[in-house]
Amino acid sequence: MTTTQVANALATGPVVRTQSEGTGPLAVRTAGLTKRFRSGQVAVDGIDLVVPRGSVYGFLGPNGSGKTTTIRMLLGLVRPTSGKAWLLGEPMPEAAGALLPRVGVLVEGPAFQPYLSGRANLARLDASDATADPRTARRRSEEALERVGLTAAAGKPYRQYSLGMKQRLGLAAALLRPRELLVLDEPTNGLDPQGTREVRHLVRELADAGTTVLVSSHLLTEIEQVCSHIGIMGRGRLLLQGERHELTGRGVASVAVTTSPHQVGTAAQVLTSLGLRDVVVDGPGLEAPLGDVAPERVSAALVHAGVDLVGLEVRRPSLEQLFVRLTGEGFDVAR
Amino acid sequence: MSPADVLDPPAPGSRAPAPVLVPQATVAHRGAWGRLLRSEMRLVFGRRRNIALLSGLAAVPLLLGVVLFVTQDSALGGQGPGFVGRVTGNGLFLVIAALFMCLPFLLPLTIGVASGDAIAGEAQAGTLRYLLAVPVSRTRLLAVKAVAVLTFVGAAVLAIALVALVTGAVLFGLSDITLLSGTTVPLADGLLRVAGVAAYVALSLTGLVAVGLFLSTLTEVPVGAMAATVVVAIVSAVLDTLPQLAVIHPALLTHHWLDVAEFLRVQVDWGVLGQGLAVQGAWVAIFGALAWSRFTTADVTS
Repeated sequence: MTTTQVANALATGPVVRTQSEGTGPLAVRTAGLTKRFRSGQVAVDGIDLVVPRGSVYGFLGPNGSGKTTTIRMLLGLVRPTSGKAWLLGEPMPEAAGALLPRVGVLVEGPAFQPYLSGRANLARLDASDATADPRTARRRSEEALERVGLTAAAGKPYRQYSLGMKQRLGLAAALLRPRELLVLDEPTNGLDPQGTREVRHLVRELADAGTTVLVSSHLLTEIEQVCSHIGIMGRGRLLLQGERHELTGRGVASVAVTTSPHQVGTAAQVLTSLGLRDVVVDGPGLEAPLGDVAPERVSAALVHAGVDLVGLEVRRPSLEQLFVRLTGEGFDVAR
Repeated sequence: MSPADVLDPPAPGSRAPAPVLVPQATVAHRGAWGRLLRSEMRLVFGRRRNIALLSGLAAVPLLLGVVLFVTQDSALGGQGPGFVGRVTGNGLFLVIAALFMCLPFLLPLTIGVASGDAIAGEAQAGTLRYLLAVPVSRTRLLAVKAVAVLTFVGAAVLAIALVALVTGAVLFGLSDITLLSGTTVPLADGLLRVAGVAAYVALSLTGLVAVGLFLSTLTEVPVGAMAATVVVAIVSAVLDTLPQLAVIHPALLTHHWLDVAEFLRVQVDWGVLGQGLAVQGAWVAIFGALAWSRFTTADVTS
């Protein structure tokens, strides 16, 4: 896909940054990555992550499913018991020194020195980066603060920040330099709906500029919409991964029709005559599994029968439903 | 699909990678060490609690000087352990007396606080994972932390010595110094000898700094590392008093701490002082290596 095509696709709807697995360069790749802690608990069990460059990879799973341990292994914080990991084509943790400056991270929530201001905390992180240019440090830090909307509060001590402001500062730290890969672990944690939207917007913006984003969350719906690829973890295993539209397209779609109340009966007859079974009527709405019937045939038939079409929607099973089917358990028990 | 296949560049005709980013230099800038060290110093010396700690230590000679000044004409004047009794005669002795007072507990406590913060404190705050992901190499971070802790401890000794010198000079005046043998040497010589005492005390603390840093790599609880460091110093001092353990005394961390009295002999025996410093060097080597091997291999899960 060329840059123009990307731009066009952007203008028209959700982008699918397709890159068939294995043929393109990969931003993240692991082979049999496993972590067994000293307690004997296997936190991550032989996972093979494939994150194409330019993708937004939603790394999903309930709390405790091994997402954070995987991310810690990717960044060289935790040593794998077995298996290997590559970031941007370089082996980790061997290549960490030259590689990690190209990777921005937010791991398991923001963490900063409480008695330093947001700005001073960024300065400290930048000073720790041997490859960062000290001459541009101030400008880069101000730009990052601006980008996450924290400029006004940048002089306040970190301990006075609200959870949302802390999260924003964490994102600012990840954006201190232009990055090729962003690893964002639960970036929407603690944010209100507005903040969550802003993070989604930011992720989309970064991805459009060519940054690969690996974003983890235990709340499917919060990030599902921005992802081009999805990987779902459960109990230390990668249950499935792939392009989002492929995964969600796998399930059985259903059609939901809304019409005026007195025409519900007629509409139900039309649907049944098309061969749809299990039509469920709920007020002015009807829903039935589509089976092999094309949605456009449904709309044409309804219009032909003189039914006022207030709405018609093809519903695909959500990732959440997919997950429940895969694991037989709720996605986030705590909620 | 082997990893090698995956990592190969895309075949001609396959999709172009995402829009290209400005290539970034990932070469270390010159002066990166200095930049990190300055940042660390600002962190340590900018922390209000640390400044309060330094101020508290600096208050010890002030307090001691005032007490001795007020009581000097009473029946108890001129008495006291160590060199306390000699302070009223010559303010220079206040430096030595104050350092002696701080050595057994307050200075080890200072080391415990600073070294506990260094690694365990960062782990507890969660900032350690972000530093390592920047990335800072673990060896470099440990080295910078060690230098910062040593500097802080050095600053503590210096603060005690300077405040003692000024307080002593104001309250009791400085004069030619009478050595242990009764010989009197000029003030300039005395000042040099007192500076030597302060330097020896500071260097004698390096072993405990290494122990403290090692303990700091073992835990995510800075208070635990701090307490353990103080305990090490105290246990060492206790063992040093047991004659049954005389055979191990020379190797104890605290055994040579009071050898500073050597500076008050007419002929300073550098051999004695060198021995004390060699023991510290051994502790630094052993616990520095332990801290390094632990810190560079541990999983960071905080």
